[in-house]
Amino acid sequence: MTTTIVILGGGTGGTLTANRLRKVLPVHDVRITVVDRDDRHVYQPGLLFVPFGLTHPEDIVRPRGRQLRRGIEFRESAVERVDIAAHEVHLDDGSVLGYDVLVVASGAVLVPEETPGLTGAGWMEKVFTFYTPEGAGALEGALATFDGGRVVVNVVDLPIKCPVAPLEFCFLADWYFIERGIRDRVELSYVTPLDAAFTRPVASQRLAGMLAAKNINLITEFNTGEVDAEGGRLVSYDARELPFDLAVVVPVHGGAPYVGRSPGLGDALGFVPTDEHTLQAKVSPDIFVIGDAANVPASKAGSVTHFEGETLVENVRRHLAGEPLIEGFDGHANCFIETGFGKALLIDFNYDTEPLPGHYPTRVGLPLLAESRLNHLGKLMFQSFYWHSLLPGRDIPGIGSEMPTAGKQLTSAALPTGEQP
Amino acid sequence: MSTVTIAATDVELGPDGFFVDPGQWTEAMVPDLARREGIDDLNDLQRKVILFMRDEYLAKGTGPTVRLLGKTSGVSVKELYQLFPKGPAKIAAKIAGIPKPRGCI
Repeated sequence: MTTTIVILGGGTGGTLTANRLRKVLPVHDVRITVVDRDDRHVYQPGLLFVPFGLTHPEDIVRPRGRQLRRGIEFRESAVERVDIAAHEVHLDDGSVLGYDVLVVASGAVLVPEETPGLTGAGWMEKVFTFYTPEGAGALEGALATFDGGRVVVNVVDLPIKCPVAPLEFCFLADWYFIERGIRDRVELSYVTPLDAAFTRPVASQRLAGMLAAKNINLITEFNTGEVDAEGGRLVSYDARELPFDLAVVVPVHGGAPYVGRSPGLGDALGFVPTDEHTLQAKVSPDIFVIGDAANVPASKAGSVTHFEGETLVENVRRHLAGEPLIEGFDGHANCFIETGFGKALLIDFNYDTEPLPGHYPTRVGLPLLAESRLNHLGKLMFQSFYWHSLLPGRDIPGIGSEMPTAGKQLTSAALPTGEQP
Repeated sequence: MSTVTIAATDVELGPDGFFVDPGQWTEAMVPDLARREGIDDLNDLQRKVILFMRDEYLAKGTGPTVRLLGKTSGVSVKELYQLFPKGPAKIAAKIAGIPKPRGCI
């Protein structure tokens, strides 16, 4: 009897899962189908560079179906809902796909409508987001003609995809305005709901220092309640106001809309409650979740999705074979943080260990939490690696899924209770 | 970490004022904890939000963020800020004796 695996989403997680599963499961026994609403696979880390003219939307988009190995079916349709009890996926085109194992890989979507005023008058004219190809492209036009004033970069609420991207945007904006010779006429502010520049203490301190050195204001604990484009101000729930001439806003995120239409599948935000170590959905043993769609307490980032892939594929294989699952995923995230002027930082962390200084992956390697040209080159090279190694599911020698500790400056404070460096 | 006396019981608070051991909390501590956050007379809606935070933490292992609270508690985000102007999730979590909501990574 043929086993059917349906994967919802043909982005980073869905594609690498399909390709890795295809390698380990026999074609004549297991059917693999990937469903996505469109055939545009966006290399999302590239979006950051679009507003500054460093890349273009058409250079970071490829067809989804073409990234899948032979023996994987690609269906282009939006998902209407999942019927968990019946093991069925109902598609918008009216067809129904039965599954033995379902992999939810449908990511996170932007929900700008949830913030009063954000999509009103001035949206895409004075208020932008660079989190979509369209938004990033429109922002490029606006920045090119911007000749001075107040620029605010605002994260409305977490979780968001790539939590470091808004900081990178600030650093690149500083560089961009210096290059254009108008930096002294631009007041640049980073506005966050967090009580610090980032979520973890050591990195927060380092990043706050870099913002200060680049003369970028850091405004914390600002919970945006309204964006008033016409009046040019952000208004917080506790009635603070921040004036702007140009706002770059990262809207709140939610899960894919079908999750909300599938009783029992998602939480109040549309993310799927998932075991943080096995990546099995809590609602059903036949459902697994990878990437931004999961509610696990890890960053919503491509690197997390990549590191989850190994555990997820092994657990799908074990589940089909009736073997116990491995608790393999440790929350490992690894992010280059572009800092302008051809340099970047690198951070590497997991559920238990915050980003620390040192080197990655071992004592000899890329510098962690320190600016370097090498990290910037790493970030640029990553795009090619993404299409040619990460998505096809090739392993990289020396880079494992588990967070390495060999090169890190560990202190007892940074380790889980009871462990010694 | 510091030890403070709340409703005649010693409890451990972390550096940012959240309970180190949520098991030390009792509902009788709520008025005292609220006073520490500058709320002298807790109203019914504030109490409802605090107990809701507590229940969510016990059910899910982490307290809800403001946005999640606005979607699930029956009180809108705007009202939540009227109830706890210094930050609903943070203040209500402190009074509910639960760790800082970790929704943000």
